Amino acid sequence: MTQPIIQLSGLDKFYGNFQALSQVDLDIKTGEFFSLLGPSGCGKTTLLRSIAGFETPSAGSLYIDGQSMDGVPANKRPTNMVFQSYAIFPHMSVAENVAYGLKARKLPKAEIKTRVTDAIAMVGLQGFGERASHGLSGGQRQRVALARALVLKPRVLLLDEPLSALDKKLREQMQSELRQLQRAVGITFVLVTHDQEEALTMSDRIAVMFDGTIAQVATPQDLYGQPCSRRVANFIGMMNFLDAKILSTSGETVDVDVQSFGKLTLPLGQATGGLEGCDAVGVRPEMLTILTGSQTAEREIEAVVSEVFYYGDMTYYDVRLPFKEESVTITMRNTAGRSILGVGEKARVGWSASSLLLLK
Amino acid sequence: MLRKGHIFKWYIGIFLVFLYAPAILLPVFAFNDSSIVSFPLKGFTTKWFAVLQTNETLHVAVGNSLMIAVTTALFSTLFGVLAARASTRFVFPARRSIMGFIMLPMVLPEIIIGVSLLVVIIQMGFELSLWSIILGHILICTPFCIAILSSAFMNLDQSLEEASFDLGQTRWNTFWLVIIPLVMPGIVASLLIAFTISLDEFIIAFFLAGTEPTLPVYIWGQLRFPAKLPSLMALGTILLVLSISLLLVADYFRRRGIRKTGIENTGGFL
Repeated sequence: MTQPIIQLSGLDKFYGNFQALSQVDLDIKTGEFFSLLGPSGCGKTTLLRSIAGFETPSAGSLYIDGQSMDGVPANKRPTNMVFQSYAIFPHMSVAENVAYGLKARKLPKAEIKTRVTDAIAMVGLQGFGERASHGLSGGQRQRVALARALVLKPRVLLLDEPLSALDKKLREQMQSELRQLQRAVGITFVLVTHDQEEALTMSDRIAVMFDGTIAQVATPQDLYGQPCSRRVANFIGMMNFLDAKILSTSGETVDVDVQSFGKLTLPLGQATGGLEGCDAVGVRPEMLTILTGSQTAEREIEAVVSEVFYYGDMTYYDVRLPFKEESVTITMRNTAGRSILGVGEKARVGWSASSLLLLK
Repeated sequence: MLRKGHIFKWYIGIFLVFLYAPAILLPVFAFNDSSIVSFPLKGFTTKWFAVLQTNETLHVAVGNSLMIAVTTALFSTLFGVLAARASTRFVFPARRSIMGFIMLPMVLPEIIIGVSLLVVIIQMGFELSLWSIILGHILICTPFCIAILSSAFMNLDQSLEEASFDLGQTRWNTFWLVIIPLVMPGIVASLLIAFTISLDEFIIAFFLAGTEPTLPVYIWGQLRFPAKLPSLMALGTILLVLSISLLLVADYFRRRGIRKTGIENTGGFL
């Protein structure tokens, strides 16, 4: 296994009394598409700016490509950044913007010219070189910002919420383009986003951050399938939580009393964040089914439909479980011949013990 | 409602007449063929302009004024750039009070500045010269320059600076390649306003003039001789036309700057 391109350990950042980062440890692998995901104010942008060299951590160490970045200013680091506002120089043409970093490195004119042309072509802006940069659309500005950073062949490309200013359609298009671009150039991308869907679709790995600390680092599948806490589970997609009490543990299994589902024995692996402090089981809405006709499931429970949300391809049901009247959401694909239940109707809810997660 | 609107229209009309009628009288009497400035008008003449051409003292005064105004504009704008940059970009102890004291001369009566500078310069044993006037003018112009330039610097997206730095450029080059071009409309506006303020400033120039008068001081001196009045009207006409053209030229450059960069800026007059 090769050395991580970015190694952070024990990183702290204080602004006066406010702690923006607290003991951040993180390794980012060479060539991966890595996302920092979290709600606003969680410290993800501070972390990115610390890597770029715009913020000086209060404590801890930061290595890029095996080199300590202690005291290395932003203009000497092997990183380049795509800013949230894109920061395109408004008084320069597209080509001048892209050539800016190469000129700073005092490269020969001919080399600058070919590299600029290549970079502009790479982001699909052929023929835009002489355009004034202020007349460009949001998507085009984004491409210029990408070309301007990638033309320098940085070891790491840092992206600060680059898609947040685009409308939904363009954002989805740019998501897939960014992913393709990253595969093509093979440069490590570190993306900051608050959009969980964006992080899931684009990243090789994701770090979820809350309150200046990293809550979990995992692949998108693991993050969705095995979140380590209720907070992470709630931030990534939807999750139903049911009160649960740990009764006893024995070897590889744990006995749990889930009031609504009864007493269960679960493998220890389903306590994804460890057993300590677990007081709920979580289950994704699509892991529950509403059974029709002669359908059966591993386990079944009678419930009453309390709300129905029709989305065309999907229907979201809120159903009330017996006992403590706990409510869960169930998403069902609207396949052919499946009728939509109405509010107040009885529903047979099918579930399985293997889809439950024991969470704190 | 209707009557209210009517009164408002009259108010605007009268206001505009008070504002501009005296200025319009300048060219009217400048071309009037009479040495007495009064109605009814006599005939058309350009002889008052010819009188100006041969007046050596006037030429010296104009030269003094231009030299003072240009020097003042350059220095005030330089100080303005430094102060505006510092106050918008950096946080330092007592920033607000320091900026407050720098801006104070804007509201301080000029006569106080004039008298105190006169006392200081004489007490320190210096001769009064054009440089003492320049000193006074820089003092009163700098706050205006700071006010104009601060808004220009404040409109600058800070990530542009970071982007330049991130792309490997030094701070010094970033300042010249990114910041200065983008605040250029503000710098032009600042040069212009300092030039204009200095050119027609009277009180400080009068106190600190020594033996070399500026244009306003010269004009004031000539007002004692009624026979000179029509040629002063001609002089005023020239100044009026010049300042309007200067303003138009400056605004043309400002608008072009906005078109070129697409950035917000508030340094203009028109």
